[in-house]
Amino acid sequence: MGMTMTQKILAHAAGLPEVKAGQLIMADLDLVLGNDITSPVAIHELEKMKVEGVFNKDKIALVPDHFVPNKDIKSAEHCKCVREFARKNEITNYFEVGQMGIEHALLPEKGLTVPGDVIIGADSHTCTYGALGAFSTGVGSTDMAAGMATGQAWFKVPSAIRFNIVGKPAKHISGKDLILHIIGMIGVDGALYRSMEFTGEGIRHLTMDDRFTIANMAIEAGGKNGIFPVDEITEEYLKEHATRPYTVYEADPDAEYDETIEIDLSTLRPTVSFPHLPENTHTIDQIHAEGDIKIDQVVIGSCTNGRIQDMREAAEILKGRKVAPGVRLIVIPATQSVYLQSMEEGLLRTFIEAGGVVSTPTCGPCLGGYMGVLAQGERCVSTTNRNFVGRMGHVDSEIYLASPAVAAASAITGQISCPEDL
Amino acid sequence: MQAKGRVFKYGDNVDTDVIIPARYLNSSDPAELATHCMEDIDKEFVDKVNKGDIIVANKNFGCGSSREHAPIAIKASGVSCVIAETFARIFYRNAINIGLPIIECPEAAKAISAGDEVEIDFDSGEIRDLTTGDSFRGQAFPEFMQKIIANEGLVQWINNGRP
Repeated sequence: MGMTMTQKILAHAAGLPEVKAGQLIMADLDLVLGNDITSPVAIHELEKMKVEGVFNKDKIALVPDHFVPNKDIKSAEHCKCVREFARKNEITNYFEVGQMGIEHALLPEKGLTVPGDVIIGADSHTCTYGALGAFSTGVGSTDMAAGMATGQAWFKVPSAIRFNIVGKPAKHISGKDLILHIIGMIGVDGALYRSMEFTGEGIRHLTMDDRFTIANMAIEAGGKNGIFPVDEITEEYLKEHATRPYTVYEADPDAEYDETIEIDLSTLRPTVSFPHLPENTHTIDQIHAEGDIKIDQVVIGSCTNGRIQDMREAAEILKGRKVAPGVRLIVIPATQSVYLQSMEEGLLRTFIEAGGVVSTPTCGPCLGGYMGVLAQGERCVSTTNRNFVGRMGHVDSEIYLASPAVAAASAITGQISCPEDL
Repeated sequence: MQAKGRVFKYGDNVDTDVIIPARYLNSSDPAELATHCMEDIDKEFVDKVNKGDIIVANKNFGCGSSREHAPIAIKASGVSCVIAETFARIFYRNAINIGLPIIECPEAAKAISAGDEVEIDFDSGEIRDLTTGDSFRGQAFPEFMQKIIANEGLVQWINNGRP
C-alpha cells in the first residue's frame, strides 16, 4: 500500500523504507521552535537532562512573539530567560525585538522552513509550514526540550483525510473562508490525530499566503498537520526565501486515505466562526438572514492572517473609508518585513486614515495578552484562529473569526459585513 | 499504582485557554498556575479540588493551544487522573511527557457524574465508580508510551538511556 505525503516525509526522517498509520517512530528533526511562553518551560526541562548544550545550534529557532515587546515584568523575565539561553548556546536563529515577527509568519519568510522538513514547535500553530510541503506539528515544552537535546521526537504516524480542492474562488474569498468552511464541516475534532492533505486542481488558485492560513488552522480541526503538495506557486516562493536545499515529497498514487472530501472553491461564501468554537460557522448570507451583529473591535493580524496579502486585502477595502464610530480597528502586520512593505505600499497610511491603529508585530490580542483585550460583553471580529471562551479577554466577551476582507468591511459598517455590503 | 478521588465533570472540547487562561502565562511556576486552574470554565474548581481528585470530560479534552502549562496546572492542583472520551493530541503528548495520568474511556466519560467517588487501577486499566458501583475498562497505552510513563516522563526516559 502506498504512503501519504506526510507518511513519506516521516518514513524518511525515521530512516525507514515504509511507515504505516498508527506506527510509533523516532524521527530526526530539521527544526525545533519555541516562543517566549513555551521556551522558558522547555529550558527548565532541558536543564534536568544529562546533555551538554543543544543538538545543533542552527536547527533551533527561538522567537519571543507572544507578549513581546514585554507587556509586564513577568513577561520580561521570561524573555530574559530565553535571551540568555540563546546567548549561552549560541543559537543562530534567535530573533530579538527589531528582527522578530510572529513565529509562523517569520520562519518561512526567513527561509528556515522548506519542503520535506520535519519540524516541531512548542506552539500549536506550528502546523503552518505544511503549506510549503513540510511535516510540521505543534508539541509541548517537554517535547521541545527533548528535541533541542537529542534532535529527535517520537510520533504516531497519522492516517489522513484528503481534501480535493476544485473550482475557482470569487473575489474576496480567501484561504480563511476555505479553512473556516472545512472546520465548520468536520468539526473541531474532525481531523483528530490525523493529517489534512490538500490536493486538487483548485489549489492553483490558492496563493502561498492562502495556504499558510489554511495549514495554520489544521489544528483547529484537531489535525496533527495540514500539508500541501509542492507546485509552481511553492517553488516561486522558495526561490525568493529558501536558504538551503530541500526534498520534494509526493503522495503515492495508491496512498490510502480515511476519506476524501471534495470542495468547490466557487461555491464558497464569506464565512464567519461564531463564539465559542471555530466550528460554529455561518456564511454571510446566513448572518444577514439571522439579524445584525454589532461589534466593538476588529483585529487584523496574527500567525493566521498577518501577512502582506492580508494587509493588502484589508487596505483595499478600507481605502477612502472610515471605521464606524465606536469601533476600534487594530492592525498588526505579522513581521517587520510585512510592516515595512505595508509602509512602502501606503497600506499603513490607509489604515491610519481610516481611523485604525497599527501595532508592531505581536501575538498580543489573539490570546488575550495585551494590545486589544476585550471587556465584559464586548464583541470582536478577528482574523485570528480561536474564539474560545475568554480567549481575547473577559469570559463574557465574544470573538467572531473571519477573513481580512470581512474584518475590514465589518470595521466600516460596525456590524458583521462583507465587501459586497459596502 | 492507584488513584481515588471525587469527580469534577466537564463536557466536550474543554480547551487549554479555559484550563489556564493566557493572562496567567506570564508565570511558569506550577503552584502559581494551579491557583488559576479551570478558572474560566469552573470558578469553584480551585477552592473545591482535593489531592487525588479526578477530572472526567467528554470528547477532545485539552484542545487548542499547546501550552504545557495546562497539564502542569492540573497536575499541580492535585488531580490524580483525567478521564475523557478523547483527548486533543498535543494535550495527550504533554500529559504523557510530564507524567500526568490520563485515560481514554468513552463509556466511563459518559456514565460518571460530577461528585462521584471514583477509583482507578492504572495497572489493570480498571475504573470503578464507587458511588454507582459501575466498572469500566480504559484503553491501554501502547508499550512505547508505557515506557515513558514508567520512567515518570520524557526527560527521565531519555536520561535513563531510552530503555
